[in-house]
Amino acid sequence: MNEIRRMVLRGAGAAAMLAAGLVATGRAFAATWNKDAFGAKNSHDALASLGAQNAVQSKDVIIEAPEIAENGAVVPIEVSSQVPGTRSISVLIEKNPFPLTAKFDFTPEAVPFLKINVKISESSLVRVVAEAGGKHFAASREIKVTIGGCGG
Amino acid sequence: MAGAMKARATVKDGIADVRVVMNHPMETGLRKGSDGKFVPQHFIQNITVKLNGRTVVEGQISQAVSRNPVFSFRIKGAKSGDKVQISWLDNKGETNNTEAAVA
Amino acid sequence: MHAYRCSALVVVAAALTIATGPAFAQDEKREIEKYQKMIAEGSPVELFELEGEGLWKKKQGPKNASLEQCDLGLGAGVVKGAFVNLPRYFKDTDRVEDLESRLLTCMMTLQGRSREEATKRTFGNADKPSEMEYLVAFVAGESRGSPIAISTAHPKESAAYELGRKLFFYRSGAWDFSCASCHGEEGKRIRMQELPVLSLPAGARPAYSTWPAYRVSNSQMKSMQWRLNDCYRQMRFPEPGFASDATIALTMFLGVTANDEPYRGPGTKR
Repeated sequence: MNEIRRMVLRGAGAAAMLAAGLVATGRAFAATWNKDAFGAKNSHDALASLGAQNAVQSKDVIIEAPEIAENGAVVPIEVSSQVPGTRSISVLIEKNPFPLTAKFDFTPEAVPFLKINVKISESSLVRVVAEAGGKHFAASREIKVTIGGCGG
Repeated sequence: MAGAMKARATVKDGIADVRVVMNHPMETGLRKGSDGKFVPQHFIQNITVKLNGRTVVEGQISQAVSRNPVFSFRIKGAKSGDKVQISWLDNKGETNNTEAAVA
Repeated sequence: MHAYRCSALVVVAAALTIATGPAFAQDEKREIEKYQKMIAEGSPVELFELEGEGLWKKKQGPKNASLEQCDLGLGAGVVKGAFVNLPRYFKDTDRVEDLESRLLTCMMTLQGRSREEATKRTFGNADKPSEMEYLVAFVAGESRGSPIAISTAHPKESAAYELGRKLFFYRSGAWDFSCASCHGEEGKRIRMQELPVLSLPAGARPAYSTWPAYRVSNSQMKSMQWRLNDCYRQMRFPEPGFASDATIALTMFLGVTANDEPYRGPGTKR
């Protein structure tokens, strides 16, 4: 178990773990899921888990989303980063029980872009953090959640 | 409907727009089912997007992603006919995958 | 049978419907439209259409037959373009039928299933989906892009249209509501939802051309039969029978009012 932990902390990819015989070959890829970050109950702790506590606000991190969601169960959000060398984008929903909702890593072959549908439990700030060259850049947007019509 | 998954990829100016829809309950563990009991957590945790077998995007997501997730990605340097492969792994160890040719 | 989840809201809505004027601020309206556009662009609706296709081809019932020979109005087995001509008169049942009614007819005649069994779960939820709702998504999807073209040439078709129109304006139930109470006048809303005037083409066209719909709040496909059933629940009427003459007549009225509108395919709504 310690060996797996060491490899994960070192950032070893699925292939390395597979080669080390630590992951069953039947699986498509290793289950590296950042339990600490996803288990954080507030944005501050989640960002710290990602090493992003010193993220600076940046106009190059773009959030395209409606300001009002008719239903909090499905809120469409489009995020992208124009910061050169962006390697990952994370999405955090401030008021959710566990703010960290997604963390996507992009190779140079992928545009740092993501469209995703998220659950927002109550009107909340949505924070997007991009990582490029070890530095973190952020943007945020307030999204209001309503219950539609007659509740039906 | 378990395991339904579909991807679509169209290319324009060398960038492929990839859209994938997945059937998955994405249970948070906080919802009560029709029997009044909490439905246990059951959600996708990992997503991998490959272009012609090479990983281009890797995502980790939480139970706060909506039920029946839909994602869009953009891949550079894709051509018509290239293969986009998308797979997921959930917290129960279940997996699914789909493939689409870039149109 | 009915869960009255909405009493307070509907009473408020009744009060609101009396007040007219601008529904709400323009930028709120714009943001809601943005929400609606973005969820429609990223919707799992096609998975439901695929599932429906599977059910259309699945052998079921005492006769162990699929629905592939079902006549939806354009001939046995012709699915493409059939939805936009429904409701219509069918000689074999001597009745005007909408899509759900016709699917039920085929389940009974082609598959030999009993009405009771086939309608055991007409409306599903996230835990227990409904076969009917998937089938409706599939068939409707096959009319994507075609203009709505419902005929009233047959005497029973025009009678259904007239009945539908009467029902739209018919006030009854515990609160003396009619469809028109909410959908009969410009500028009304319930909370953040603008209420289209469904008795006129301008309101009926965008509404009718986006049902059935994947409802994100239910995470399920919802059919026109469900929509009418739920409206009646919200009006505190007795529950209408599934695929009853009344519901088909109302669908006829709404559909004819929406004629010529290109059918956009199963929609995605909140």
